[in-house]
Amino acid sequence: MTAIVSLNRVSVEFPAVDGAGVVKALEDVSLDFRDNEFVVALGASGCGKTTLLNVIAGFLQPTSGEILHKDAPIRGPGPDRGVVFQKHALLPWLNVLENTEFGLKLQGVAKEDRLSRARDYLALVGLSDFERYPIYQLSGGMQQRVGLARALTCDPDMLLMDEPLGALDAFTRENMQELVLDAWRKTRKVVFFITHSVEEALFMATRLIVMSPRPGRITHTYDIDFCDRFFETGNARAVKSSPEFIALREEVLSIIYGEETGDGLP
Amino acid sequence: MMRGLFKRRGPQAVEQYGAPGQGSGTAISAVTIVLILGGWWVVTQLGLIRPLFLPAPEMVISKFAKIACTEHYFEQMLVAVGGMAKVEAKCHGFSDHALHEHILWSLYRVFGAFALATVTAIPIGIAMGMNRHARGVFDPPIEFYRPIPPLAYLPLTIIWFGIGESGKLFLIFLACFAPIAINARAGVRSVSIEQIHAAYSMGASHRQVLRQVVLKAALPEILTGMRVAIAFGWTTLVAAEMVAAKAGIGVMVLNAARFLATDIVFLGIIVIGAVAFIFDLMMRRFERALVPWKGKV
Ligand SMILES: Nc1ncnc2c1ncn2[C@@H]1O[C@H](COP(=O)(O)OP(=O)(O)O)[C@@H](O)[C@H]1O
Ligand SMILES: [Mg+2]
Repeated sequence: MTAIVSLNRVSVEFPAVDGAGVVKALEDVSLDFRDNEFVVALGASGCGKTTLLNVIAGFLQPTSGEILHKDAPIRGPGPDRGVVFQKHALLPWLNVLENTEFGLKLQGVAKEDRLSRARDYLALVGLSDFERYPIYQLSGGMQQRVGLARALTCDPDMLLMDEPLGALDAFTRENMQELVLDAWRKTRKVVFFITHSVEEALFMATRLIVMSPRPGRITHTYDIDFCDRFFETGNARAVKSSPEFIALREEVLSIIYGEETGDGLP
Repeated sequence: MMRGLFKRRGPQAVEQYGAPGQGSGTAISAVTIVLILGGWWVVTQLGLIRPLFLPAPEMVISKFAKIACTEHYFEQMLVAVGGMAKVEAKCHGFSDHALHEHILWSLYRVFGAFALATVTAIPIGIAMGMNRHARGVFDPPIEFYRPIPPLAYLPLTIIWFGIGESGKLFLIFLACFAPIAINARAGVRSVSIEQIHAAYSMGASHRQVLRQVVLKAALPEILTGMRVAIAFGWTTLVAAEMVAAKAGIGVMVLNAARFLATDIVFLGIIVIGAVAFIFDLMMRRFERALVPWKGKV
């Protein structure tokens, strides 16, 4: 299978806070995103997850290495890679429907067309009844759903999500996991999803990459299929409490905690 | 009967422990206003202060009627509807102009200068927020002149522009310009980098980001700047009208002071206050209609 986006030995360095030396936010990261994959990046805070996403989105140019979208170098952000942010980043002067069609409006799509497409995706995230609402009257979970619908409406090849569920309460969060998986299955996008919840990562990913800090790099990769089991049974709790799930969860947790205690001391 | 009175009140907002300044102050403000006006009236009725220093309220009201030529215009109206053959009451006004002419002249100066300031300061402020070159160029002059009182550079405007209207407009323009530019610049910062990134990753051009994201996000602060600016405009009006103006509220006040006509000074002050207050109310209405999201995200 061909890669939609591929990173080849990508490194990113930032100047250190004290001015002397550099922070290696990413070092020699190589990664391919193939059709229909749901790649989840997991890792402690500061291990370069957001930096990785910013490089793919085109918000940040790597210090060295190569990043390609369908074999062409990525030079900046573009509508082929949609982004969903941790804090919704919607535009408060537009209502739900206007926010959702905003991308198509920027691209000059005719009004009829963009409204019908926006409505389709609002239906997909279950917000058809809230078209006219100002976004500041929605709950956090609903705002994230608008953010997802907005990104999907532009019909990108790839969807980038930086801890999109991080600010939600536990119950809303589990519902949203299912909703995102459902949207993924129906739209067939390549997804890159960042989280620091091990359970969320295992549940949603088809491929899980575990990252570790200083320098930021990928230490482990797992190909998993718990989401398929969820699609078959429709029962998220059963998947999350199955013995295989728990065993892998403990394994990943021990990797993350092992690293944390490992380099905590000088 | 007392219970019936209390029952009619709707559910009261629960007091929140420690929240500063909670509760409504409107009733207290009403009492304050009544006390001030009442005190004014009582003091003048008892003759405690000479009218030269504090004219009685009814003197101010009768001056209002005289300068506004209420009788003259009322008779004119009667003539128009056929209730009277000929206007008999004369209109003297003050300094050769009726009150509404003074007001219109001042409105023209304040709003002319304000409009000029708006169309120049908004683009410059936005440019300063968006671009370091623009910020580098405009920051020093604006920050330098901003704290200088308009009276200090009034002589300069006379030397530059002479004693015509343009000098007056320029003085008020300067007073209005800084707050709008500074607020527009600050407004640019109220757009989040995520909102900008989101727009770019939906295919926006730089121009679209500027017009459809940055400008919209800056709008609440731009409007705040405009509100501050119009208040500065009124503050500067009297200084501007000190120089050879024929009509205007400021002229009226200054001429009245020369003749020690304290009642007219009072009238002028009250008119300026009232007009400024009405425009501030309108701006707030406008703000609520235009940026309903303000303070909510
Ligand atoms: N703009 C920046 N300037 C300097 N250092 C940065 C910048 N962005 C991120 N970093 C550093 O890079 C590292 C990785 O950050 P980030 O990608 O945000 O991690 P994560 O998203 O996994 O929490 C951190 O050590 C962070 O301090
Ligand atoms: Mg992050």
